[in-house]
Amino acid sequence: MSHHIVEAQDLIFNYPDQTPALAGVSFRISHGESVAVVGANGAGKSTLLLHMNGYLTPTAGRVRIGDFLLTKATVREIRRSVGMVFQDPDDQLFMATVYDDVAFGPLNLGHTIAEVESLVAGALETVGMGHLKDRPPHRLSTGQKRRVAIASVLSMSPDILVMDEPTSGLDPQARRQLINLLRGFHHSKIIATHDLDMVIDICERTIVMHDGRIRADGPTREIFTDSELLESCRLEKPLRMQDCPACGNAPADRPSTIG
Amino acid sequence: MSAKIDRAFYDIGHLDNLAEADTPLHRLDPRAKLLTTAAFIVSVVSFGKYEIAGLLPFFLYPAVLIGLGNLPLGFLLRKLLIVSPFVIFIGIFNPWFDQVVVLQLGAVNITGGWISFISLLLRFTLTVGAALLLIASTGFATICMALDRLGTPRIFTVQLLLLYRYIFILIGEAIRMIRAHSLRSFDRRGKIAYQVFLQMLGNLLLRSIDRAQRIHMAMLSRAFTGEIKVVRQFNFAYREIFFLLGFSALFIILRVTEVTAFLGRFILTLWAGGG
Ligand SMILES: Nc1ncnc2c1ncn2[C@@H]1O[C@H](COP(=O)(O)OP(=O)(O)OP(=O)(O)O)[C@@H](O)[C@H]1O
Ligand SMILES: [Mg+2]
Repeated sequence: MSHHIVEAQDLIFNYPDQTPALAGVSFRISHGESVAVVGANGAGKSTLLLHMNGYLTPTAGRVRIGDFLLTKATVREIRRSVGMVFQDPDDQLFMATVYDDVAFGPLNLGHTIAEVESLVAGALETVGMGHLKDRPPHRLSTGQKRRVAIASVLSMSPDILVMDEPTSGLDPQARRQLINLLRGFHHSKIIATHDLDMVIDICERTIVMHDGRIRADGPTREIFTDSELLESCRLEKPLRMQDCPACGNAPADRPSTIG
Repeated sequence: MSAKIDRAFYDIGHLDNLAEADTPLHRLDPRAKLLTTAAFIVSVVSFGKYEIAGLLPFFLYPAVLIGLGNLPLGFLLRKLLIVSPFVIFIGIFNPWFDQVVVLQLGAVNITGGWISFISLLLRFTLTVGAALLLIASTGFATICMALDRLGTPRIFTVQLLLLYRYIFILIGEAIRMIRAHSLRSFDRRGKIAYQVFLQMLGNLLLRSIDRAQRIHMAMLSRAFTGEIKVVRQFNFAYREIFFLLGFSALFIILRVTEVTAFLGRFILTLWAGGG
C-alpha cells in the first residue's frame, strides 16, 4: 500500500526574513516506518515538520504524502491523514474545555455523537487526562497541555503521525506511557526530538539534520554508534549507550542494555 | 504590577471556573438562562429615567440566582466595582445639570439629578450583575452555543467564541512579557521605559498574530471547515419552561404594576387597621 508514504524532494525553505532554514532536504519514508529527526537547536527540524501538512510552503522542492503531491488542491485531504503535534502545545488547543478540544477533530470528520464520545474517552484515557476533561486547556500545566494536544491528534486516528518533541515537559511516567503508546501505533511516524533514548525505543531509522541539510540517514543503531558524526552535529550518544558514570562499565557489560 | 495583572487575568478565568459547578442553576439549559437574562435586562432598562422604587423589587432575581447557583456574592460585587467607575463617570454630572427639586425630606431638597443618578446606578448594578451571573452560571463558550442554537448567525457565534479565546492568548502573551521584563529590571521596579514599552507593544502584536495563525493552522489540521461543533446535548424541559415563563411573568408584573407603592399602602393599611 502506498498510502502512508511520505516523500520530500529537494526541499528548500527560507523564512520571510530570508533565514535559510532548509537547504535541500530529500527523504522517503515508507508505510509503517518510524523515523526520528534529530539535530541541534536551529538545525531545521521544526521547519521540516511544518512542511508535512502544508503549514509552510516550500520555497523550492516538493512534498508527497500518500498518493498526493502536496498542493493547494490536496492540502485539505492531506491534513486529514497527517496528525501533527506542534512543538508548543499552546498552539494546538483552542476550545473551551479539554473535552471539546479533543472532540473537535472527530466531530469535523463527521463521526456520530456516540462514536465521538468513545474516541474522545479513549484518547484521553491513553494520555491519562480523563479526570481533567472539563477544565479549560489554557489553564493546565505545560505537560498536561502536551498530553491533551497529543490526545487531540490521536482521537482523529491519523494515518501518519508527525510529532515535534512529544516528550519534552512530560514527567517520567507520562513519557513512558507515550513511548509505549507510540510503539503500539503501527502507521508511519515522524518524530523530531532531543530525547535520543526515546528514539532507541521507538524509531528504527534516524535522520540527522545539521544547518538545514540531512547529514546522515540510516538505522538508528548505526547512527548512534558513530561518535564522530554525532559530535560534529552537536549531539551525544543516548545515555543508555554511554559508559556508566557511576561504575565506568561499558554498556555492553551491563545486563539491561537495549542499545 | 505584574502581580496585579496576573490577578486580573485569573479573575476573568475564574468566572468560567464558577461555571463548572453543578447546581440546579448550572444544570438549567443555557437557552433558558440566556432568554431570561434578556427579558430581565429589557424590563430593567425600559423603566423611566427617574425610577427608583420600581427597580428595587428586581433585586429579587439576582438574589434567587445567587442562592440557586451557590455563587460567591463578594467576588461578583468586586467585578461590579471594577466596571462601576465608567457608569459613575457617565452619571455624576446629572446632579449639576438637573437641579429641579422633586422631593423634600424635611430640610433636605432632593433634585431630579440625584434621583436619575441613583436610578442609573441601580440599573447598572442590575443589568451588569445579571450578565455576570449568566456567565458565572453558564460559561462563555456555552452561552455562544446557546446563541447558536437559538438561531444567531453562525459567523457571529464563531467570531464571539474565537474572540474570547484570543483574548486569553493576548493577555497571556502580555503577562509573560511583563513578567520577563520585571524579572530583569531590578532597579526600575517594573516601570517600563517608553522606548521599551513601544518595542514590547510591537512585539506583542507580532507574537499574537503569529500565534493566531498557528492556532488557525491547528484548527485546519483538525478538519475545521468554518463551523465549530461540540458534543453537548441541550435539553429544554419543563424546568426550563417554568424558569423562563415564571421569571418573565414576574418581570412583566414588576414592570407594569407599582408593586412597591402597593406594598407600602398595604402595610400602611395594616398598620392603620391595627392601630
Ligand atoms: N519564524 C521564523 N522566522 C525566521 N526564522 C526562523 C523562524 N523560525 C525558525 N527560524 C530559523 O530557522 C532555523 C531552523 O529553525 P527550526 O525551528 O526549524 O529549528 P529546530 O531544529 O526545530 O530547533 P529546536 O531544536 O530548537 O526546536 C533557525 O536558524 C531559526 O533561527
Ligand atoms: Mg524545533
